[in-house]
Amino acid sequence: MDIRLDGISHSYDTFEVMRDISLDISSGQIVCIVGPSGCGKSTLLRFIGGLERPQSGQVLQLGDPPEGCLNPLTYIFQDFALLPWRSVSGNVSLVLEDHGIKGSAARKIIEDVLARTKLSDFAKALPKQLSGGMKQRVAIARALAVNPAVMLMDEPLSALDSQTRELLMDDLIDLWTRQPFTAVYVTHNLAEAVRLGHRVVVLSRRPGRIREIVEIEKPLNQREFGDPDLDKAQKHLWQLMRDEARAADAELINV
Amino acid sequence: MSDVSLGKSVAFRGGGFAPKPHRWVGVLVFISLILFAEWGTRTGWISALTLPKPSDVLQTFQELYDSGLLFKHLAPSLSRLIVGAAIGASIGISVGILIGLFSYIRSGLVPLVAAIFPIPKIALLPLFVIWFGIGEGSKYALIAFGTFTPTVVATYGAVDNVDRTLIRMGQSFGLSWWSIVRKIVLPGAMPGILSGLRISLAIAIILLVAAEMLGAEYGIGAYILEAGSLYDLERLFAGVVILSLLGVLVSAVIGLVERRLLGWRT
Ligand SMILES: Nc1ncnc2c1ncn2[C@@H]1O[C@H](COP(=O)(O)OP(=O)(O)OP(=O)(O)O)[C@@H](O)[C@H]1O
Ligand SMILES: [Mg+2]
Repeated sequence: MDIRLDGISHSYDTFEVMRDISLDISSGQIVCIVGPSGCGKSTLLRFIGGLERPQSGQVLQLGDPPEGCLNPLTYIFQDFALLPWRSVSGNVSLVLEDHGIKGSAARKIIEDVLARTKLSDFAKALPKQLSGGMKQRVAIARALAVNPAVMLMDEPLSALDSQTRELLMDDLIDLWTRQPFTAVYVTHNLAEAVRLGHRVVVLSRRPGRIREIVEIEKPLNQREFGDPDLDKAQKHLWQLMRDEARAADAELINV
Repeated sequence: MSDVSLGKSVAFRGGGFAPKPHRWVGVLVFISLILFAEWGTRTGWISALTLPKPSDVLQTFQELYDSGLLFKHLAPSLSRLIVGAAIGASIGISVGILIGLFSYIRSGLVPLVAAIFPIPKIALLPLFVIWFGIGEGSKYALIAFGTFTPTVVATYGAVDNVDRTLIRMGQSFGLSWWSIVRKIVLPGAMPGILSGLRISLAIAIILLVAAEMLGAEYGIGAYILEAGSLYDLERLFAGVVILSLLGVLVSAVIGLVERRLLGWRT
């Protein structure tokens, strides 16, 4: 299943957030979206997942979601959004219950996704007992449980320290290598973008427009920490973004 | 550098602001107050008209128990309290959740609740008698009405405080409206609802006495009011002690429920 953004523009009252964004997200690819603060990245992601409606333009689903897909467009949130009163396995079962998956069928899925995110030993733990990195792994497990066609991630690693972030990036790459998934990955961290993105979409400052789309050819599992090709791509991205970021910063001061 | 005498140890200033339970302190406060009253009344420093002797109150209590009258009074009171508070709290929680979830209901009912809240419910007792009869009905109604308003206010406040990102998360996974209410909104509002219940149930106990002012032969409230009109301070205090114990009991039960249900809180 592919996603097509077709001429999306949006304003909150008279406050223009983004203008004429068109983009194709093809299946099996990770598309990273970077851009200065306030350029509408999170808003765009809410449009893609149907949590909010753009004023003009549309988000199209091309083709049908694969068999056994419970929730085609699935989010992973920056602040994890785990229910604190449910255990790790309870948080995963939450998203299965509404599809009538209970008992042993549910247990099988939960065991599988917890194993894939290396959480099997923590099935009974409450979120308050987990570290930030583990909480985000629970959120990833929950997303995997509904077998999404597209994962929508809004700065999923921003609340974590840099070591945990490296580890989780490796985990995501592992997951993708074993079974390629489609993802839209919003971040302000260019290192994450070049590690995980097949394509990196650079947005301009508000109102957000697509400034450039950078393709990174190198296969995900060959990208290493400190890889010279990636560094080059990252530098290029930073050059694109620097002036926008500076201007965006100055605008915020002048408000 | 290893010479400790060279340095001054940094003054500690990080303590306090973290209350921990010390159950025996509460008991100690009770006991010392009672002992103080006993000592005062025995020495005559406190006159018998000011305060009855605690030991006399205890003896009255003993007599009440021996005669079997205690349960004759306690049983109807407890059933009034339980039925009235259950009606009031459950309607209050439901209305509070509706106010928390629907903007039209909120706009319509919040001013109404604000208008009802400050009415002394005791003043409406004659009205309740006309509406629900002199029997149990008016007593249930008074207690239910009194617990209703604080429960509503606490509940919709608690619903307002439920983390919106969790609700967004539920929507993003395609959970049904009813699932979101049951699995996200209700548990998320539970801490606020329970602390609201602490207040509502104390108010229910207060109103119990008022409810038994009219046409109640048996009941703690009736017992207290009768003793009061005769200036029988020992019996008056025996009744008051029962109400206090009831209050402590209710608060302990809510504490227990909180520990069971809210263990997830950090
Ligand atoms: N519901 C809303 N009502 C009004 N303005 C909004 C709303 N949501 C977002 N905005 C504004 O739209 C702009 C874009 O917001 P958005 O959160 O999409 O930016 P972002 O690119 O994700 O920023 P960041 O990098 O800080 O996360 C911001 O200026 C924000 O203030
Ligand atoms: Mg954002």
